[in-house]
Amino acid sequence: MKSLAELQAIKEKMQNKVVLREGSNEIRVVVGMATCGIAAGARPVLNALVESVNELGLSDKVTVSQTGCIGICQFEPVVEVFEAGKEKVTYVKMTAEKAREVAEAHLQGGKVLTDYTLDQGEL
Amino acid sequence: MKELSLNILDVAENSVKAGATLTQIHIDEDDSNLTISIIDDGCGMSEEVVKSVIDPFYTTRTTRKVGLGVPLLKLAAEQTEGSFEVHSKTKEEYPDDHGTKVIAKFNKNHLDFTPLGDVISSITTLIQGHPDTDFLFTHSFAKRKIELDTRKLREVLGDVPLNEYEVIKWIEEFLKEQYAEEN
Repeated sequence: MKSLAELQAIKEKMQNKVVLREGSNEIRVVVGMATCGIAAGARPVLNALVESVNELGLSDKVTVSQTGCIGICQFEPVVEVFEAGKEKVTYVKMTAEKAREVAEAHLQGGKVLTDYTLDQGEL
Repeated sequence: MKELSLNILDVAENSVKAGATLTQIHIDEDDSNLTISIIDDGCGMSEEVVKSVIDPFYTTRTTRKVGLGVPLLKLAAEQTEGSFEVHSKTKEEYPDDHGTKVIAKFNKNHLDFTPLGDVISSITTLIQGHPDTDFLFTHSFAKRKIELDTRKLREVLGDVPLNEYEVIKWIEEFLKEQYAEEN
């Protein structure tokens, strides 16, 4: 049975964590969640990213957030990766499966999966 | 949208965008009818804007010239011979009682009724994306009511963000348990 006591335990566990989430996040992953994104399948992409980031132990390094219309609706679901000092990477036509691959290869391994990124020529 | 839960996610995002501090999502259902109400305390819309919001070619965003969220929910309701209403009060005119209310009614037995789908996923997605605003979700059936109020969670969590992985998982499991309970 889920209980509020479990939430209390989560709170206590968080208070013991030395590093606070704000400030140590180096990579920001943003998922388009406007009407176009939702219709195209962004919800499972977001879920896969959140799960993968947790599974791979990247929570201190990576934040996953949502945004509205990016303006390239025909390419949704879209996932943008922002890393300080590096160029923004825009993944397009994402699926939950590709999201898991991106989490491992790019977020963890530092390698951009160019097969899944936006080709400027397509715009 | 393949499921009504996706329309709910979409329209609730509008509430957050409008600066809501509390966005309420209520689903009421019995054997033949389903009503989805999305109520917020955001900045609200003037009478003119309320008339335009159901127009697919009306939007406040600057990236594209269409705004399909509300029209798609309206279509989903009306294609089951249900109904759709939007009511709104602007902050300027009603400083203490502003916000928007969207009510979509569906005939579940109609051939063109879109399945409700994964509501839990929509609720967790909203909280994951907007951990600083509150959501009150209820799903009422004839004999029982499922409820999640993020304000109650915050009372226990203090300043632990609602989008912490473990918190989102807790919310997901909590809702799954409630849905699984049979009368």
